[in-house]
Amino acid sequence: MLASLLAAEEPSSLLAARWQMALSLGWHIVLACFGVAFPMLIYVVHRRGLRHNDSVALGLAKRWSKVAAVLFAVGAVSGTILSFEMGMLWPELMRTYGDVIGLPFALEGIAFFIEAIFIGIYLYGWGHLPGRVHLLMLVPIAVSGVVGTFCILAVNAWMNSPSGFRMVDGEVTDVDPWAAMFNNGVWIQFLHMWVATVMVVGFVTAAVYAAGMLRGRDDAHHRLGFHVAFAFAAVAAVLQPVVGHLAGARLADAQPTKLAAMELAPETEQPAPLVIGGILLDGERRFAIEIPRLGSLIARASVDRPVVGLDAFADDERPRDGLVSMVHLSFQVMVGIGLALAGLSVAWWWAGRRGRDLLASRRFLRIALVAGPASVLALELGWMTTELGRQPWVVYDHMRVAEAVTRGSGVWVSLSVLVVVYTAMTVGAVLTLRSMSRRWLDGDPLDLPTPYDPARRSRRRSTRGRH
Amino acid sequence: MDESLAADLVAAILFLGVVAYAVFAGADFGSGLWDLTAGDAEAGAPMRTLVDRALGPVWEANHVWLIFVLVYLWTGFPGPFASIMETLFVPFGLAAVGIVLRGAAFAFRKTAPNLAQARLYGACFAASSLVTPFFFGAIAGAVASGRVPAAGGGDRWTSWTGPTSLVGGILAVCTCSFLAAVFLTAEADRGDDAALLQRCRRRAIGTGIVTGAVALAGVLPLRADAPALVDGLTGRALPLILASVVAGTTTLWALWRERFELARVTAAGAVAAVVLGWGVGQWPWLLVDEIEVEAAAGAGATLWALLVVFGLAAVTVLPALAYLFWVTQRDDP
Repeated sequence: MLASLLAAEEPSSLLAARWQMALSLGWHIVLACFGVAFPMLIYVVHRRGLRHNDSVALGLAKRWSKVAAVLFAVGAVSGTILSFEMGMLWPELMRTYGDVIGLPFALEGIAFFIEAIFIGIYLYGWGHLPGRVHLLMLVPIAVSGVVGTFCILAVNAWMNSPSGFRMVDGEVTDVDPWAAMFNNGVWIQFLHMWVATVMVVGFVTAAVYAAGMLRGRDDAHHRLGFHVAFAFAAVAAVLQPVVGHLAGARLADAQPTKLAAMELAPETEQPAPLVIGGILLDGERRFAIEIPRLGSLIARASVDRPVVGLDAFADDERPRDGLVSMVHLSFQVMVGIGLALAGLSVAWWWAGRRGRDLLASRRFLRIALVAGPASVLALELGWMTTELGRQPWVVYDHMRVAEAVTRGSGVWVSLSVLVVVYTAMTVGAVLTLRSMSRRWLDGDPLDLPTPYDPARRSRRRSTRGRH
Repeated sequence: MDESLAADLVAAILFLGVVAYAVFAGADFGSGLWDLTAGDAEAGAPMRTLVDRALGPVWEANHVWLIFVLVYLWTGFPGPFASIMETLFVPFGLAAVGIVLRGAAFAFRKTAPNLAQARLYGACFAASSLVTPFFFGAIAGAVASGRVPAAGGGDRWTSWTGPTSLVGGILAVCTCSFLAAVFLTAEADRGDDAALLQRCRRRAIGTGIVTGAVALAGVLPLRADAPALVDGLTGRALPLILASVVAGTTTLWALWRERFELARVTAAGAVAAVVLGWGVGQWPWLLVDEIEVEAAAGAGATLWALLVVFGLAAVTVLPALAYLFWVTQRDDP
């Protein structure tokens, strides 16, 4: 009864708060990927440059670090917004569970500190630090990126599999922050996301060089950039289906409502079919292709174990029909993209082993160009699957999103401001990165003078004069 | 050892984070004023180049102190965190916008494709740097004058527009500008532009005097508006306030005598002492007149975990920070 009362009195700010969180997380997660995985790529080319005295590799490392400087700055501020939003949008979540799940956030704070410090040193280090010491500065950046990923995923996994406390008469007691952090879901969720960061950064970076080569810039610089990035992405893409499958296999026990939504199962079926496509309309599955038994085989590792349907749960303890369709389709498109990228990676390895130069094939380059945005799309769809699939819970089986949200007004205003500011920031970042790349193509020096430098202004003016 | 000790220690660590953020990020924010008033593209180039050089490698690390404070607050004192963020939704939202515009515009400006865009980003960076500290000062004033109810749901506007918030906001902008001017003077001293050095030095002395005057005058409205804070400031925290006055005066003298390295240390000390004075002054309240530190604390096991994390930070972050400052300050620019 209390639950239906809550549903009736849904705070007006709830939808705005959910949109704001979704937009700011969805935006930040792409940059977070670069914070985590890009340092590894830079390390490989920087090391190659030093080891083999390879000026192409060293030049690449320098350019990538200039790009990283912009991406990290934007990532740092958009990450800060998220920490504000934890309190501004979800005060009741933090009031009740802040001390249960705060520990990994505190550790993430330390990791972020280390990352920011060594990025500062590394970027400053060109021309200021001896080569080997300079290269070494990338190690703490890469390590803290991975630790930070673990910490953030620990929080998310805890929201899916809450542990480390007991509820007694509505009060949180027996808090064990370490048990909350090392909950049942943490390792597999972390692994799934970490591999995803490598895929996104690898495929997106490779796509940039594929675009260059499609425009006829087939030089050592583009080839090395492509190969290093694609190699990272390919290894990750081949691992990801396995990791993702293991993550999904937990759900029958850990979050049956999410599994039911992903499998588009309004009713329990035994054995369950694999449902491809389709949506839920008035509680009925429509427009789907069904392959008998395969659903049980994939989700339950058995030919006859059931996938429990949504009808096994009370109306207010499972996602609504519209959300169920979104979860199902997000999940399946993600899986589709993931499998395609894994296939592309295997094909690339195979061709390489047989001595074929795929970079000479325009068709391959075009596919590689599409793989970049596709990997980002898969990342976003994966987060939509896990977040929408948990509805109506913010802490699974313990706290509803509607109970966590702020009671105050004004969230529609802050959402509007966020949309405007983030749009402007996206435009600024794209313009800045494009102009960097153009200037490098024109043969301008790597170290650009400050924009207010009169020397540069006069040089610009004279350039214009020549046209 | 008991839980209340752990709560006190976590609160002290959290407040050290506030002090570090005020000093280090404060100096970064404060340079916005000098960037904004540097003149047109031609005349302002030396100042803006100096700002770029001074902030470039360190601003992100300095910014993380804010994250540190937020996570320690919500983990150690979840109730007050929720109440503060809910009640002070507006100033936190405005500060968030300022932080985003400042950081992004600073990064974009350096690589902007043309002067027009560089100007736009520069103005964005400078203006948001200038106003953001005001909102943090107003937030501090709201907490210190007892306008944040422990249960949350305080008024979204009057909570941060009272006299203490206005004093806090103006004082924050002044101290940031003062710190930045002193730090930029020391940075300019490492270069060879004598005119730029004197320009920074004059601004540092000028804002030092203004900041001191604002701080003294600010006490008057506080007496009626935040009596608990004023009692603390003129009692328990008085040594810190006096230390801040001495350090501030020493800074002016050092700037006058062109001893810029000393000025940098004493200016940081003056700001650190006054911020610490606020913390000591409102002790043991976490939210003044609402809830005390020990009552506001979260679970004991979590407090101990936070102390472990701080130990970890002390052996990893602090040496790394020292290395960052050493590397970027060691050789000639």
